[in-house]
Amino acid sequence: MEQKRISELSEIARKVRIGVVDAVYSAASGHPGGSLSSADILTYLYFEEMNIDPAAPDMADRDRLVLSKGHASPVLYSALANRGYFPVEELKTFRKADSRLQGHPDLKKVPGVDMTTGSLGQGVSAACGMALAAKLDGSSRRVYAVMGDGESEEGQVWEAAMFAAHYKLDNLCFVLDWNGLQIDGAIDDVIGPAPFDTKFAAFGWNVLTADAHDFASLDAAFAAAREQSGKPTVIIAKSVKGRGVSFMENQASWHGKAPNAAEYETAIKDLQA
Amino acid sequence: MADMIATRDAYGKALVEFGAKYDNLVVLDADLAAATKTEMFKKAYPDRFFDCGIAENNMIGVASGLALSGKIPFASSFAMFAAGRSFEQVRNSVGYPGTNVKIGATHGGITVGEDGATHQCLEDFALMRTIPGMTVICPADAGEARLAVQAAIEYNGPVYLRFGRMAVPALYDDTYAFSIGKGSRLVEGNDVSLIANGVEVEQALVAAELLKADGIHASVVNMATIKPLDREMVLEEAKRCGCIVTCEEHSVIGGLGAAVCEFLSETMPTPVLRVGTNDCYGRSGSAKVLLSLFGLDAAAICEKAKAAIQMKK
Ligand SMILES: Cc1ncc(C[n+]2csc(CCOP(=O)(O)OP(=O)(O)O)c2C)c(N)n1
Ligand SMILES: [Mg+2]
Repeated sequence: MEQKRISELSEIARKVRIGVVDAVYSAASGHPGGSLSSADILTYLYFEEMNIDPAAPDMADRDRLVLSKGHASPVLYSALANRGYFPVEELKTFRKADSRLQGHPDLKKVPGVDMTTGSLGQGVSAACGMALAAKLDGSSRRVYAVMGDGESEEGQVWEAAMFAAHYKLDNLCFVLDWNGLQIDGAIDDVIGPAPFDTKFAAFGWNVLTADAHDFASLDAAFAAAREQSGKPTVIIAKSVKGRGVSFMENQASWHGKAPNAAEYETAIKDLQA
Repeated sequence: MADMIATRDAYGKALVEFGAKYDNLVVLDADLAAATKTEMFKKAYPDRFFDCGIAENNMIGVASGLALSGKIPFASSFAMFAAGRSFEQVRNSVGYPGTNVKIGATHGGITVGEDGATHQCLEDFALMRTIPGMTVICPADAGEARLAVQAAIEYNGPVYLRFGRMAVPALYDDTYAFSIGKGSRLVEGNDVSLIANGVEVEQALVAAELLKADGIHASVVNMATIKPLDREMVLEEAKRCGCIVTCEEHSVIGGLGAAVCEFLSETMPTPVLRVGTNDCYGRSGSAKVLLSLFGLDAAAICEKAKAAIQMKK
């Protein structure tokens, strides 16, 4: 990937992160930590990887993205808005009673949202169904699902993993946002869902790793996923929860909390640096 | 008897029949294809049948993803697992996004028989009925089951269909027209209205015959659609008969009886007695024995009918 494109994507990701902070601050609630850890992943998908058209959000042969970790809705909304699906200004209506930007993604309300999520473990199954449908249609469309590392503790994730491997859904790619944290603390302390690579490999998946905040690394992984045939791919993307906002980085406490006015200013300053 | 057919058999057959007409119809099962009868579809259209293994929650999500890509998926398992285990998947991945998923749940009710309480789902109407936008149907015979499958295919939105394991007689001939949300009156009468669904329609018909001996003329209505309820017909029955007995192979809590009570208490308070399981679990036994043991047979309906008439002022 050319350095110029990396710089462009980095600049877009910076704006996507500002949208996250704006949305959560305006709502005085929401989930900044996991939104910021997925910001580069969603930026890459919406601005580089996926075959989509913001002017035709329901285009039949578009690629699909399911944000299975639906609490990270701010980053999905910010990526969609920055991509042109709706005005960036609208992010400030997040979670308000008259807004279409629900606390968790709602496909009926927001153009570009491919699946309603929020209940962890469910989005990945819908992504399997979408990938299976693409196979039945003989379509080359691809399906992506972004999931949390804590989310992997849901048994349904492994039901889905079994299904995707059995039906050889090589048009399906999960991205596991490996930020090491969930609500109650470090994933290793809560219940220890790792290791992810050998688990997915044992389930018959093609396993790739990437740095979730390095576009060259993401680019290589998504390219390799496209090349894979006969198996679904998981990209285990090592990330930093709260990435980009100094005081939120690697803090479980910033999972589901909005910044106050002073914290908001610091956050914006961090993201403008 | 030659024409005794379980509604699950009619379900399997209907999937094959309509699979020919709708090439976007796909069928999912969770390792129960032989029992749910989806294996008939599997044989006819192996490329459109997907076994999900014993993983009902994933199956519901997969169905939703298929529906969002233009397929008409039927996801099948026993009612206990489709509606019970996967309640929240149905609620959040099907009901809330309003995806065009059809849940074909077999082995509903006490007439599952010998397998006993863990497999006898007496709560599925209640669970499915609370989900906004969900249509809930329990056909009474093979012909109606076939028509209900067709109606579900032609309707765009989530549908829960409950089929039974036990063979039941044909109640309708080919002239019967089924529509979602419409009850059908099988017997005219003005003294008491028996509003039933599923296997209980047959029991209600027998009860109506027995009641004649006591000079009681019961109306019998098959209310195959529990949601949306045919309010017009319930109101008509309440006005004409002045009392109602609901009959279902389900808990008295939350099902057809509850739906009728909820509606009438707000529009035209009318005595309603509910035949159903009384807030209890099932048990092993033959279907027929269980129907009488749990107070779901014609004799039990007759008793309730007389008591309901006594409640009329
Ligand atoms: C089924 C379910 N259980 C619990 C929750 C509440 N919840 C929201 S986020 C979260 C932690 C998620 O951790 P992880 O998947 O690691 O997400 P990330 O760190 O990327 O934010 C939990 C338990 C939920 N949304 N769904
Ligand atoms: Mg995490």
